[in-house]
Amino acid sequence: MSEPSTATAAAPQFSASRLIMVLGVIATLSGLMVVLVYELTRPAIAENRRQAIERAVFEVLPGAVTRHNFRVSEGGVRPADEGSEGILIYAGYRADGTLVGIAAEASAQGYADQILMLYGYRPACHCISGMQVLKLAETPGLGDKIITDSAFQANFTALDAQLDSRGAQLANPIVTVRHGTKRQPWQIDAISGATVSSNAVGRALDRSANELLPKLLPHLAALRQPPPSTDAR
Amino acid sequence: MALPTADQTLTADTFLAGIWRENPVFVMLLGMCPVLAVTNTVQNSLAMGLATTFVLLASSGLVSLLRHLIPKPVRIAAYIIIIASFVTVVDYAIQAISLDLYNQLGAFIQLIVANCMILGRAESYASRHGFIQTQVNSLGMGLGFTLALLCLGGVRELLGAGSLLGYPLLGSSFEPWVVMLLPPGGFFVLGAWLLLFAWLRERRDQRAIAAATHSATAAHP
Repeated sequence: MSEPSTATAAAPQFSASRLIMVLGVIATLSGLMVVLVYELTRPAIAENRRQAIERAVFEVLPGAVTRHNFRVSEGGVRPADEGSEGILIYAGYRADGTLVGIAAEASAQGYADQILMLYGYRPACHCISGMQVLKLAETPGLGDKIITDSAFQANFTALDAQLDSRGAQLANPIVTVRHGTKRQPWQIDAISGATVSSNAVGRALDRSANELLPKLLPHLAALRQPPPSTDAR
Repeated sequence: MALPTADQTLTADTFLAGIWRENPVFVMLLGMCPVLAVTNTVQNSLAMGLATTFVLLASSGLVSLLRHLIPKPVRIAAYIIIIASFVTVVDYAIQAISLDLYNQLGAFIQLIVANCMILGRAESYASRHGFIQTQVNSLGMGLGFTLALLCLGGVRELLGAGSLLGYPLLGSSFEPWVVMLLPPGGFFVLGAWLLLFAWLRERRDQRAIAAATHSATAAHP
């Protein structure tokens, strides 16, 4: 384009097959490179993911030292393996093999994007024992206080998640209330200035617990001992 | 625009052009999308700058090596494929290094593909210069881009969070300027840096004019 005379003179010498061939070769080599790097980095990426989940699981289930993955469906609880369906939960066990509780993911629309979190449920107290944000895109300095604000995190040390007498739903829906007005153990005290994010946490926990716990609790006995042969990862 | 046969010499300016005279951010205003989006902390700025530098070096190096083989009508398509492949490589590499960092940078790693600084280098430099020269020039451009990101990231993290690289510097009595971490903060700080550079340039030009008139009056009193 900087020298039009050569451009027009040179144009005819590129046959369509030459253009296709050059692009094809470049695309093939690029594809090979991408696949090679994918294969090389896959173990490290899987290990990073595993560690991130492990950290969060042990954080929301204080006392747990090992975990096993299960899937919960209408039919019961099964060890999570390839192809099984249902809600994925992570059961955390103490060193002596007793069950501490289970951890599950919950998500809700926050101010900017979906907030993804992991929460721990302890059958011993019928309560939520911890909440860790796995992914959020909330306003730095405001919405991300749901991670850093220790007073807000204190809501989740023993948040009531008891089922009603029929075991069909939560006896009291988990709700986020205005900052300073928390009166009941199933209420979450919002962060003033980060109400939307606080509400999202409440909605996510309420929805997830309402869906998961009625299916899980009748089969809780299946989780009491860690399965001997399932993959601890 | 230089022709393939033009200026193949390697000078200090081949490297320094990207750092100062043709700085991709402060002079050419290229790649503004990551400049504004991920410079809220020093760490993100550094990671983004180095990732971009790697893609720039690798893609412009390959374009330079293949410059006699790629037919003109399909050159942009070929450049985009090459750039996109290296971006994918960086994407996987960052996931393997740190998932936290990957989550922080979000979609902006993938968006390096669309950074016009990289395609611009391929089109206007790598396709017309030898491998060594291209690498030297790209390294300068990449470091210039990284430095510019750090200029923004440093100011924004210091004022927005009172820290640098995560280490608190300004003490607990400092009330962070949250706006600096938000998109408007990016525009403010970029604007302030551009103002500073424009002022420096203007002062330099005025001094040159003053010197010229001075010597002119000295010669013809």
